Amino acid sequence: MSATGAGAVVRPDREAQARLAARRTRRNFVGDGAMAIASGAALLIVLAVLAIILVDILHNGLPRLSWAFLTQEPREGMTAGGIFPAIVGMVQMVILMTLAGVPVGVATAIYLHEYSSPVSPVTRAIRIAVANLAGVPSIVFGLFGLGFFIQFLGAGIDKVFFHGQKVYGQPALIWAALTMAVLTLPVVIVATEEALRAVPRELREASLALGATKWQTVMHVVVPQAAPGILTGTILAVSRGAGEVAPILFTGAAYFLPQLPTHLSSQFMSPSYHVYVLSTQSPDVDATKPILYATVLVLLVLTFTLNMAAVVVRARMRRRQGVPA
Amino acid sequence: MTANGVPKPEEQAKLVVRNLTVFYGEKKAVGPVAMDIVGQHVTALIGPSGCGKSTFLRSLNRMNELIPGCRIEGDVRLDGDPIYGQGIDPVAVRRRIGMVFQRSNPFPKSIAENVAYGLRIGGVNDAREIAMRVERALTQAALWEEVKDRLNDSALGLSGGQQQRLCIARALAVEPEVLLMDEPASALDPIATAHIEELINELSEHYTVVIVTHNMQQAARVADYTAFFYLGELVEFDRTDVLFTKPNDSRTEDYITGRFG
Repeated sequence: MSATGAGAVVRPDREAQARLAARRTRRNFVGDGAMAIASGAALLIVLAVLAIILVDILHNGLPRLSWAFLTQEPREGMTAGGIFPAIVGMVQMVILMTLAGVPVGVATAIYLHEYSSPVSPVTRAIRIAVANLAGVPSIVFGLFGLGFFIQFLGAGIDKVFFHGQKVYGQPALIWAALTMAVLTLPVVIVATEEALRAVPRELREASLALGATKWQTVMHVVVPQAAPGILTGTILAVSRGAGEVAPILFTGAAYFLPQLPTHLSSQFMSPSYHVYVLSTQSPDVDATKPILYATVLVLLVLTFTLNMAAVVVRARMRRRQGVPA
Repeated sequence: MTANGVPKPEEQAKLVVRNLTVFYGEKKAVGPVAMDIVGQHVTALIGPSGCGKSTFLRSLNRMNELIPGCRIEGDVRLDGDPIYGQGIDPVAVRRRIGMVFQRSNPFPKSIAENVAYGLRIGGVNDAREIAMRVERALTQAALWEEVKDRLNDSALGLSGGQQQRLCIARALAVEPEVLLMDEPASALDPIATAHIEELINELSEHYTVVIVTHNMQQAARVADYTAFFYLGELVEFDRTDVLFTKPNDSRTEDYITGRFG
């Protein structure tokens, strides 16, 4: 047999291969280790930034926070009192913008995903437009709101219904809410489309095979199945919008208001804009600083609550559908 | 008739298929097919993967047109009424010709609501009538005894075999005339498969059943008639006992004796 001969020829080769493999393993080991350290460090940086922000805000804001702070209006040039009008203003604005924006966004997504032909150039153009809308800086939305809603729509309403008296042709709750609705529209559309895409084709077929129309299938099977995703995306979009300053700057937010908004044409206060005002316009910086911190804390808590609500809603709806969350 | 022909219908044909051809884009998927499907019997469609049997089945209740780029030519008549043609609503066709799919696809609703779905969208609102028809459909699908105490539980908690019988019950609840089944047992274990086959036999007393199957033994067990498809062509269609014992075409014989496929 030539086994010994062949073995003698093969052995050095094998040793070389083993050495090579060992070196490769070592290099992989070093590579893996470096990667793990680098990515771990990146994670630490993110966590550290978050921790610094939270600790700073909690440390400086918590002492000033009280029931009175939440239920009183600002006094003495914003060096005393609370932020009650700002909280009310934010709640009103968020409700209005949700009512105005979410149905339009969800309906648009349903049209795009369920009815339009995926290869049609019009559909593609709308998708690109939506993606671009999401990339527009929020200050541009603010200017759009000023130009379109206030100076065009509002002024038009005033001319027709109020004999030119300025009612709607000025910054107002309704215009700020509509501007914010436009701002959140692309996020709602994208999230809804994502949720619709996740509905299995089998479910649509099951419904259609039972003699359901397309509309019945969309309303009774597709949308309920996608509802947790739609709701989560919507709440996240709303919570993102709730903290924005730029869009409401020109369209409705007030520096200071002695009374709460009573009409759609009223101006309103908002915690986010209030933070800007407090940090730049205060006559007494030392007196304002704790109020500023406490306001930021309230703003964070409100936004965080909305985000948590999104998580809870999704988990609950999934459970109700019998899908393990 | 010829090997590619139509068996002499001993009874009135329920579904008459003539010249049916299905294209995906430019590519012909199956056809032209001519076939007489006899009422209140089971007809099995067999053949290797990709032979067009599922495509053919789905064109019997116009499910293919949901696939973009799909084009259908030819004529299908249900009791003489054309199912393709101008002014014919696919929704109305699907109410008369129900379908059960390869993978069980219950809605994420309760067991009762799954079965009631077709009734509700069809405009049945009376709670008593719905309850009665849900029970009847579940009984017909041999599932009632297993689920009668948990009708309001999620359908997703049922086993695979139970889910598939639930889908059959759901299809039966709207009282179609024809039931199309696309490999209804392919994802099930042997015991659940036996359940479904038994069920198909019982269903053929009232319904016309057309079943696609990969499994030749299954076709032999459940079907009165069997059609053999190969490379997008209907090769042979005859009584099951004839097709399996005295096939006319050498390709049929090769397939059923296991020489390919």
